[in-house]
Amino acid sequence: MEWETVIGLEIHTQLATKSKIFSGASTAYGAVPNTQACAVDLGLPGVLPVLNKEVVTMAIKFGLAIGAEVAHRSVFARKNYFYPDLPKGYQISQMDLPIVGKGAVEIELEDGKTKTVGVTRAHLEEDAGKSLHEDYHGMTGIDLNRAGTPLLEIVSEPDMRSAKEAVAYMKKIHSLVRYLEISDGNMQEGSFRCDANVSVRPKGQKEFGTRTELKNINSFKFVEKAINIEVERQIDIIESGGKIVQETRLYDADKNETRSMRSKEEAMDYRYFPDPDLLPVEITEDDIKSIEKNLPELPAVKQARFEKDMGLSNYDAAILTSDKDLAAYFEQAADKSGQAKLAANWVMGDLSGRLNKEDKTITDSPITAEMLAGMIKRLAENAITSKMAKEVFDAMWNGEGDADQIIEKRGLKPADSGEVEKIIDEIIANNPDQVEQFKAGKGKVMGFFVGQVMKASKGKADPAQVNKILAQKLK
Amino acid sequence: MSLHTKNLAELSDELKNKKISSVELTQYFLDRIEKFDSELNSFVTVTKDHALAQAKKADEVIASGKAGPLTGIPIAQKDIFCTEGIKTSCGSKMLDNFISPYDATVVEKFNHAGAVMLGKLNMDEFAMGSSNETSFYGPVSNPWNTKCVPGGSSGGSAASVAARLTPASTGTDTGGSIRQPASLCGITGLKPTYGRVSRYGMIAFASSLDQAGPIAQTAQDAGLMLNAMAGFDPKDSTSVDKEVPDYTADLANDLKGLKIGLPKEYFGEGLDSAVGDVINSAIERYKQLGAEVIDIELPNSGLSVPAYYVVAPAECSSNLSRFDGVRFGYRCEDPKDLEDLYKRSRGEGFGPEVKRRIMIGAYALSAGYYDAYYLKAQKVRHLISDDFKQAFEKVDVIMGPTSPNVAFNIGERSDDPIAMYLSDIYTIATNLAGLPGMSVPAGFANNMPVGLQIIGNYFAESQLLNVAHQYQLNTDWHKQMPENYI
Repeated sequence: MEWETVIGLEIHTQLATKSKIFSGASTAYGAVPNTQACAVDLGLPGVLPVLNKEVVTMAIKFGLAIGAEVAHRSVFARKNYFYPDLPKGYQISQMDLPIVGKGAVEIELEDGKTKTVGVTRAHLEEDAGKSLHEDYHGMTGIDLNRAGTPLLEIVSEPDMRSAKEAVAYMKKIHSLVRYLEISDGNMQEGSFRCDANVSVRPKGQKEFGTRTELKNINSFKFVEKAINIEVERQIDIIESGGKIVQETRLYDADKNETRSMRSKEEAMDYRYFPDPDLLPVEITEDDIKSIEKNLPELPAVKQARFEKDMGLSNYDAAILTSDKDLAAYFEQAADKSGQAKLAANWVMGDLSGRLNKEDKTITDSPITAEMLAGMIKRLAENAITSKMAKEVFDAMWNGEGDADQIIEKRGLKPADSGEVEKIIDEIIANNPDQVEQFKAGKGKVMGFFVGQVMKASKGKADPAQVNKILAQKLK
Repeated sequence: MSLHTKNLAELSDELKNKKISSVELTQYFLDRIEKFDSELNSFVTVTKDHALAQAKKADEVIASGKAGPLTGIPIAQKDIFCTEGIKTSCGSKMLDNFISPYDATVVEKFNHAGAVMLGKLNMDEFAMGSSNETSFYGPVSNPWNTKCVPGGSSGGSAASVAARLTPASTGTDTGGSIRQPASLCGITGLKPTYGRVSRYGMIAFASSLDQAGPIAQTAQDAGLMLNAMAGFDPKDSTSVDKEVPDYTADLANDLKGLKIGLPKEYFGEGLDSAVGDVINSAIERYKQLGAEVIDIELPNSGLSVPAYYVVAPAECSSNLSRFDGVRFGYRCEDPKDLEDLYKRSRGEGFGPEVKRRIMIGAYALSAGYYDAYYLKAQKVRHLISDDFKQAFEKVDVIMGPTSPNVAFNIGERSDDPIAMYLSDIYTIATNLAGLPGMSVPAGFANNMPVGLQIIGNYFAESQLLNVAHQYQLNTDWHKQMPENYI
């Protein structure tokens, strides 16, 4: 039987505020345990939450970016459960009146088509602390630094049909929150993580199958792996006559398996009710308009602009706008060099390759956009050959200075036409057989001559020029 | 010297005129606490050294001529307000070992006003009770008859003022916890409008109902206390950003033409007839002062106790979740595992009334019951608020008894929660609506004090105090003292 996978994601993205959602304590990552937890975060008797207004603005930005309805009245609710890293015994979240309602994003599929994924809602909530089970000799250590960190939980419709689509959606949301500067999206630090609801059904069936929820997946790679392994597990069960149990499962990246955490019967009753310590958030049309006015350029708009104004292909523009910092880098390199196409090739080619190899992101690139533009400019004016450009690129990467300094220091200069002609004459004279072959119509021999000339010139000749002169001389 | 027969305003003058120092005054009340409180049990903690140090500082301020009305005045705090470096028990075993690392806003404000804190006052556990019998520290006695309860939950606050162990105190009122004990102890208590006084640092019982207020000998003293307590607090989102008037400014206004509403629901079945007689003669006195009396209806009054006993437990079931034995407060011995830690810490740390309310509340909020209980109770709140809204279109203030009975015997109702809950039948509606209310001594029934309740419109505290003060100018019920404490 052919099976269809149905996936919905709940993405938790940490909002990039300086202080916590309901207290003045810092949200900076990596501090000594429990040094960034104030009386409010500790849930001491008598303390009260006060909403950090910045998170409301951030959530509204997200809502506008996905074309969602922003609530004019939004309510915080308490989600009650006991856990040692949840200091108050309840999490302040949102239930009935979330700040962001229905919206949608477009994802690009592998076959080049696009698909719309619905966003059901996005709501604000506080993060819990961390339980540390190792190093405490059978006890548990609690670090409440993360308690009260603001989160935006983005809930999708069950619109995705493969692990790859889920990854594309997650990447899209990741790119979006970074564009909006509402989250640093740092997945290692847990600033961007997701739960996946996964089910399978026979192809063509309308009703959804029984789903399982995979908890707390914190990388694109793991989302894909976790979903695929869960889909396999579900199909195996059904095909061998079993039934899927609605439950929460944990993905274990080390063993690449999912395992049961709790079933629906064990599911907790969170006893949600409106938090009486917080007033409803009232958002006026004017508030929304003024936030809308200050929205940064969104990826789709930027992509269209790159295609239209810079003449990039749809493919190049899509890649270059997939990440905000990458787009900014490219745009600067293109502007400063005046060579958009060349800049695109270098950024997507040599630079991205090198960054990937060394596991760096664009923001850690030792070559700044300005440096790259300097090199591209020289290349475009034929002050260096493409081979030299690669040499300059490597030298810049190694910190030897900017393009002009390296060109000067190394005395890089394309051979002049007289020199090139001399070399060509010699090579034609030394290879009569090949000249005969060429004249007999074997065009491929041209490559041989170019190669020989380049070799003899030690790369200083400009291949375009060599081609031109060779063509004349061999006529 | 009988400084305890003077009220707060009079003591303030004595201090200002340097007839006495704050250190002397403080020591005087510390001595009275020492002498009388072993019988009354109104204090959980007496902060002698802290008080004398504050008094010394206050004397310096007085000497420098910068004294305010509360500078150097001894007061006592209900043990629900967090006090930095001092045990804050909330009347519970759960917090018997809890030393707060911070001051409640109310405490901070009194410190700022130069008041001296004598100690922390006994109360029903987590403010859940109407008799002060649920306290981990044992019941408080009523100074008028030590076999009787003082009311609750601010039982220690009321008893200590009635016995003049402190000139004034603070209380909190979630369903009547200032007004009912004030009534049962023959003193003056004010529950302000919800949002008028910051709840920050006041250990939460039911967040949407809790409100702090003063307990004092006179309306004027309550006004002086409220002047220090009231105001917007950026740390409490539910506090209201509204200017704080001088609550003593309108005291002298006469009451000619004042329209008093008498809700027929407050004078019906269940009201002790002797209490009713006292209230009726108080109303007569108001008529003599020029007020006009109008019969009104608050048709949804009967729903207030049931609605309250859904909303308050629901909120408390969540508010008290933080007492889990993990970070502070009581932790059971040798927990086997996490569940055992939770179950025994909470099972051993909370008393039966608190447990009862947590269970009622958790039930009311649980899936499948939420709409039928919690949501319905919230709707009833709206109906009750609407009743008052309509009433205040016709009248300026509403009057009636604070409590249907005078103080009952210790132990009399402790096995009958429903009878206990009915002690607050006349006070609960104002909490559900968020309105301000007062209790003012109006006479005696069976030799025990009776309080007149005065309910005002939102933020009408000045008017309430004025109405109470004019009555006190013309009566001396508020000056009566229990004879064993003279």
